[in-house]
Amino acid sequence: MWSRQRGGLKPLRCGVEQLRCRRREREAALRKARREQQLVSKRLLRDEALEEAEEGCVAMIFGEAEIQQFLRLAQRGTEEKEREGALVSLRRGLQRPETQQTFIRLEGSIRTLVGLLTSNQALLQLEAARCLHELSHSEQSAVVEACLPATSYLLTYLSGHSSDFISPHLTVLEALGYALSQLLQAKEAPEKIIPSVLGSTLPQHMLQLLQPGPKLNLGVAVEFAWCLHYIICSQVNNALLITQGALSTLGLLLLDLAGAVQRTEDAGLELLACPVLRCLSNLLTEAAAEAVGGQLQLRDERVVAALFILLQFLLQKQPSLLPEGLWLLNNLTANSPSFCTSLLSLDLIEPLLHLLSVSNVVSVLVLTVLCNVAEKGPAYCQRLWPGPLLSSLLDTLAFSDTEVVGQSLELLQLLFLYQPGAAQAFLQQSGLQALQRHEEVAQLQDRVHALQQTALHG
Amino acid sequence: MQLPPALHARLAGAPGSAEPLPVERDPAAGTTPFSFAPRLVRFPREHDFFEDGDVQRHLYLQDVLTQVGGAPERPRRPSARVPEFTCQVAGCCQVFDALEDYEHHYHALHRNVCSFCKRAFPSGHLLDTHILEWHDSLFQILAERQDMYQCLVEGCTEKFRTSRDRKEHLVMRHLYPADFRFDKPRRSRGPAVPGAAEQVLAEALGDDRVPSEGDAMEVCSEHVEPSPEPAGERRAYSHRIPSTICFGQGASRGFKSAKKRNKHQ
Repeated sequence: MWSRQRGGLKPLRCGVEQLRCRRREREAALRKARREQQLVSKRLLRDEALEEAEEGCVAMIFGEAEIQQFLRLAQRGTEEKEREGALVSLRRGLQRPETQQTFIRLEGSIRTLVGLLTSNQALLQLEAARCLHELSHSEQSAVVEACLPATSYLLTYLSGHSSDFISPHLTVLEALGYALSQLLQAKEAPEKIIPSVLGSTLPQHMLQLLQPGPKLNLGVAVEFAWCLHYIICSQVNNALLITQGALSTLGLLLLDLAGAVQRTEDAGLELLACPVLRCLSNLLTEAAAEAVGGQLQLRDERVVAALFILLQFLLQKQPSLLPEGLWLLNNLTANSPSFCTSLLSLDLIEPLLHLLSVSNVVSVLVLTVLCNVAEKGPAYCQRLWPGPLLSSLLDTLAFSDTEVVGQSLELLQLLFLYQPGAAQAFLQQSGLQALQRHEEVAQLQDRVHALQQTALHG
Repeated sequence: MQLPPALHARLAGAPGSAEPLPVERDPAAGTTPFSFAPRLVRFPREHDFFEDGDVQRHLYLQDVLTQVGGAPERPRRPSARVPEFTCQVAGCCQVFDALEDYEHHYHALHRNVCSFCKRAFPSGHLLDTHILEWHDSLFQILAERQDMYQCLVEGCTEKFRTSRDRKEHLVMRHLYPADFRFDKPRRSRGPAVPGAAEQVLAEALGDDRVPSEGDAMEVCSEHVEPSPEPAGERRAYSHRIPSTICFGQGASRGFKSAKKRNKHQ
């Protein structure tokens, strides 16, 4: 249901331009919501989905007796249609918070739902997954928490089937992942929910579902990667995740993604790339990532190769994700002479410079990475020179954005310091004129003057 | 953005890290008025840096959920529809007109079948356990003296004296449904009922005619008289289907068949 057009193709009711316009509006609404810290999938998705899909059906509030009856029918009905119908009715009712509360308080209800989620009838499984989906939408944390133990069981059951993953299982898994991601996005998650998740076997299951290989399913992986992201960026106990192999699993997944991106034009890979990039970047900042013995470190040069392949892909498909990719590149190169050397030996400086025209944010990040390389000394600057670097820098000095120019000045200082002839070449290419533009800018003037001095007097 | 051709080869090559060039810093680097120092950067949950990615994620979810919230119809993709055909496994006469349904049916009912008693299991692991416990006489002898009933959850090493103890462990520890069943003896069938699958499910669900508990893990495939069919239309199919078969556009494998969605672009 997540992975396929289960509901059939929706008829196009409006033209392409209207669709684009609609999408821009939705995007703007989401941005606004996020800035107001209101971006929680549940509420927004609820309203949107209700409007479009419910077609006038009003969700009823069901009491205990009714819920019990639906569950009984779903479990024991003789007619397939009857059983599905019972679950459909239950699902509609579960859109109401009152019904949700009643449901979770009813003894055995979650257990029954779990039983249906593992039924060998595909359509029942799907409807049960939709019910779980409704519950995970709940604004009430008690409801969502009630689903947590079931998640553990379901993952155990589903992992045991990993060699025979068939479509309903995958759908249920995806639903689970989504439900879990809702749970983890809650405001109280870092204090209440994430510690108990970290204390369970869930992280190991999640990492298992992110292992690259023939059994990896994109839809499932996307949901669990987002789960991991919410856990990691809450910074509760990332060291634990690292000891469970998160860095190496995610690193291998990154390699796999880069491979996939080369093989297929299919959209959707950026949905997985985003959380993976974020998880890796944040994990690299943990002290545990630098563990002695090197076992836990991410050191493989192929990661850099993979990252660039992904950057190229993102440039085509989703340029707004370039900053996230460059963030990872920064964290990889900041304290690693080895990765900086890889950038040079794999000839990646020129591709990096290509990104300088994308946006100010991207330019600042590119220049920061270049500074990471240059600050390691003469051996590195030598390999940055000559080449297109100088003309790119002269171009960035023509930007009006203060941060971009500021970062360019930092890079220039390093080049002048470590690379003989750099200052000279700079002068010859009208560098002084380029600097003059910024002589009056408060944040830049001191650095501009310092560089002018160095260039003229050595 | 042109990437050097050797890069793809590097990705496919062996793991390894570059021998770092010598690092040699000048104390003047990054000193006033300059300030650069390499820094690991970390972003917390609510940081603005995540805005774009979060918005994309939510756009995707919105697209997906408008489909999910819709009324459930029997899921159909026109491309997967085929002329009606019958399951060719002996004794099964279930009819299909979509490959995906058949794949599901086959995996659920015919894939891991015990050759002794024809029970079908959801996984090879459970089948092996079943054979050990049901068709191995040595097991019974050993079970009198030691804990032989292994927990069904792969990775859990607990063993139990009786299957009832094991079931209790599964329910308590691994949160299996209380009416889960793995070991109740088969009851003999009455008159033939149309469609092996429906019969099986009715029983598994604790149908009143057959007093037994419903279950999530066991699927029974009893032999049922096939419905009469015109003699001329019988086809000879091989019953051995390789385990990696993937009919039509069935289960995705890795990234190769990534999902197709109706994106409102």
